[in-house]
Amino acid sequence: MENRGITFGYGFLSQESSFDVQFSLIEYDGSHSYFRAYLVGLLNTILVSVIGIVFATIIGVIVGIARLSNNYLIERTAAIYVEFFRNIPLLLQIFFWYFAALRALPLPEKAEPMFGVFFLTIKGFFVPAFVWNNLDIFIYSLIAAIIAIVFVRIYAKKKQENQGIQTPVLSISIGLLIILPLLSFLLGGVDASVEIPVIKQLSQTSFTYEGGLKLPPELISLALALSLYTATFIAECVRAGVQGVSKGQKEAAASIGLTPNQVLKLVVMPQALRIIIPPTTNQYLNLTKNSSLAAAIAYPDLVLVFAGTALMQTGRAIEIVSITMLTYLTLSITISIFMNWYNKKIAIKEK
Amino acid sequence: MNKLNFLSPDKNNLYAYLYSGISLFSLSILIVFLNSFFSLDFTSFLPGIISYFLPLFIGFIGLHLIRIEYSGIKFLDIVNKNINTNKFNALLSLLIIFAVIKSIPPLLSWFIIDANFAGDSKDACSGSGACWAYIKTWFNRFMYGMYPNAEQWRINLSFIALAFLGGVGFFASEKFKKYLTLYYVVVYPIIAFLFIFFFISGGPIFFDFSYGIIAAVISIVIGFFIPSKFKMYYFLIIPITIYILLKYVFFYEELIELGKIQAFEWVETGAWGGLSLTFIVSFFCLIFCFPIGLFLSLGRRSDLPIIKYISIGFIEFWRGVPLITVLFMSSVMFPMFLPEDMFIDKLVRVIIAISLFEAAYVAEVIRGGLQALPRGQYDAAKSLGMGYWKMHIFVILPQALKLVIPGIANTFLALVKDTPLIFVVGLLEIVGMLNLAKTNPEWLGFAMEGYVFASIVFFIICYAMSKYSYNLEQKYKTER
Repeated sequence: MENRGITFGYGFLSQESSFDVQFSLIEYDGSHSYFRAYLVGLLNTILVSVIGIVFATIIGVIVGIARLSNNYLIERTAAIYVEFFRNIPLLLQIFFWYFAALRALPLPEKAEPMFGVFFLTIKGFFVPAFVWNNLDIFIYSLIAAIIAIVFVRIYAKKKQENQGIQTPVLSISIGLLIILPLLSFLLGGVDASVEIPVIKQLSQTSFTYEGGLKLPPELISLALALSLYTATFIAECVRAGVQGVSKGQKEAAASIGLTPNQVLKLVVMPQALRIIIPPTTNQYLNLTKNSSLAAAIAYPDLVLVFAGTALMQTGRAIEIVSITMLTYLTLSITISIFMNWYNKKIAIKEK
Repeated sequence: MNKLNFLSPDKNNLYAYLYSGISLFSLSILIVFLNSFFSLDFTSFLPGIISYFLPLFIGFIGLHLIRIEYSGIKFLDIVNKNINTNKFNALLSLLIIFAVIKSIPPLLSWFIIDANFAGDSKDACSGSGACWAYIKTWFNRFMYGMYPNAEQWRINLSFIALAFLGGVGFFASEKFKKYLTLYYVVVYPIIAFLFIFFFISGGPIFFDFSYGIIAAVISIVIGFFIPSKFKMYYFLIIPITIYILLKYVFFYEELIELGKIQAFEWVETGAWGGLSLTFIVSFFCLIFCFPIGLFLSLGRRSDLPIIKYISIGFIEFWRGVPLITVLFMSSVMFPMFLPEDMFIDKLVRVIIAISLFEAAYVAEVIRGGLQALPRGQYDAAKSLGMGYWKMHIFVILPQALKLVIPGIANTFLALVKDTPLIFVVGLLEIVGMLNLAKTNPEWLGFAMEGYVFASIVFFIICYAMSKYSYNLEQKYKTER
């Protein structure tokens, strides 16, 4: 290392970065430091991972249940989807969505509005944005609602253990989640207005939309590919989990007079979840790691912004690659610790 | 209650219901079929939205009319049982049937009817369908990358030899297979590493790859005639001997340089590419990652704390980082730690990086198998006086590996699907070549065809692998 004239140190992080990033969640331009660029990349990675995890879970659970359907057509459709999407490399799928499918979208001036307010164009997906007054009070009310729900759950559990009376926790939770934020609108002076994207002419032939929120095509194609790909694996986990609950359990539950809904909620799901959660955690971790493929289509995630642009500018390969790897390591370990805790919580408590 | 059920078939006039139900159902399918294949619209006299949902409505009523628990008519019972158990199922079935009918004509016309097959330039593609002429023109590049056309027979030869090796393994007798497995798992990776090691010198690499395969083929063919007593030693010694003979006597580099032997042209690794590179990278990574993963998994369950914690740290590190950063590390960080005059070819660096990465996953899979074995197996083996290695080789691993065949197959599949990532270090396998071809100014605008082609190729490879692993699993399944 020495004879190549390379010095080692993390001092460069506070230097001015002097490059720009297309899409960032926090305020950023060339005058900010490399550390800020790192934060931008990290937030973008987390954003796409969270979107991917949410959609992959939704699609995965639906497809996994469809795989168990006694309807031949539904079962086959789900099976074909799973076999097809999981046997094609993720990178190829990202390229397909980005370079082939999304390129077929209309130009901004020709885009047909969906429901009058959404514009799906080749330059990105334009959606209306909320403009908030006193956003913090709204967020506090949400947090308060969540804390209240936790307390209600603990209380309901105690009540059931002591007196055997069930409390409708779900409806109370939903009610709390609606009422408290609503109160913040009425009493807390929270105010939200909707800003709808409006078309704007940049030059003779170039149009764009102004106002609202712009989701760049890179983000859309990445989230689409990640969630469609990971959903196939989650679907298989769900299927294995539900199949893993023995038939005798369902029959026993039915024979003591539980309704089908209760059988599913109180007998099948708790046992199935125990099988489903560990492999699904792995899939979440894989999705987070796979989001680094963003570098291939220039979505400004951690790898592209930091291990790409910043590395090329500063030439500090060891520091930057080590920081990047450590970040991913921390992310993975955080998710796995959380899921291990959850897994332990629902595991069978053997005497 | 009876009145609510008035549309369901009953015993008295079963056939009236069945005939009207079947005709309504067929009618709905016919409407959609004619609409999508011949663009005839029978329902256009109705207002827009009703005309759009009319087939669905008719079909739903039709399915409702024929829904009966048991009719004795075979076909009807099959239909009812499989797609028509209740209202929700019937609706979903109809939606799927209509979606399939609707999507066939556009797909068919894109893939075949309107597609262009002939021609060798962009002008040949004028239709609205796919331009398969593009794939045809670039086919060589997609398969071999920038490998010179005149030299491509070498790649072909190597793969034919490899396929032959696999074929021998497939048809060999059970007894012989044991040695073959030993050969593939233990001996061949060592030899293969030797071959790859010559990458470093920048010598004629592909030769070494093909020497190795030639050596393997010859040694296995000879192996048929060796008495089984000596086979163990044979498989350890002969391949290496043959390899050394090939390398230093028959194709001795200095003799080639002196012009005494007709030399092949050296093709640098940067020119390798296409599907053949996908295979080469997958092949080498497969044979390297398995033994490494095996030792890691044994290390993780070891009683010696140093070995145990080193293995845990190693496995958790590789499992925690994305492959793309590992490749970044191998391309920008790794060379800095080497002595100044040492240079390792990027293909070798990539293969080492991917092997170590996948080895961690293989290790976790094998650990699962080891943990699933009951303690009694260990105790029984120990009570017979077996040592650590004997116990693992003859008792534990055969059972544990049998259990984890699906997991290992999944890891290998993931490995094959990860190979496109080597574009990070500038190696262009099939997906990378597609992206290159896509930007060629003479062939702009054919991204779709390329990606569809590559998807089909990868789908065939991965699907075949997963089916093979399923067969393997069924074959080695034992009652426990």
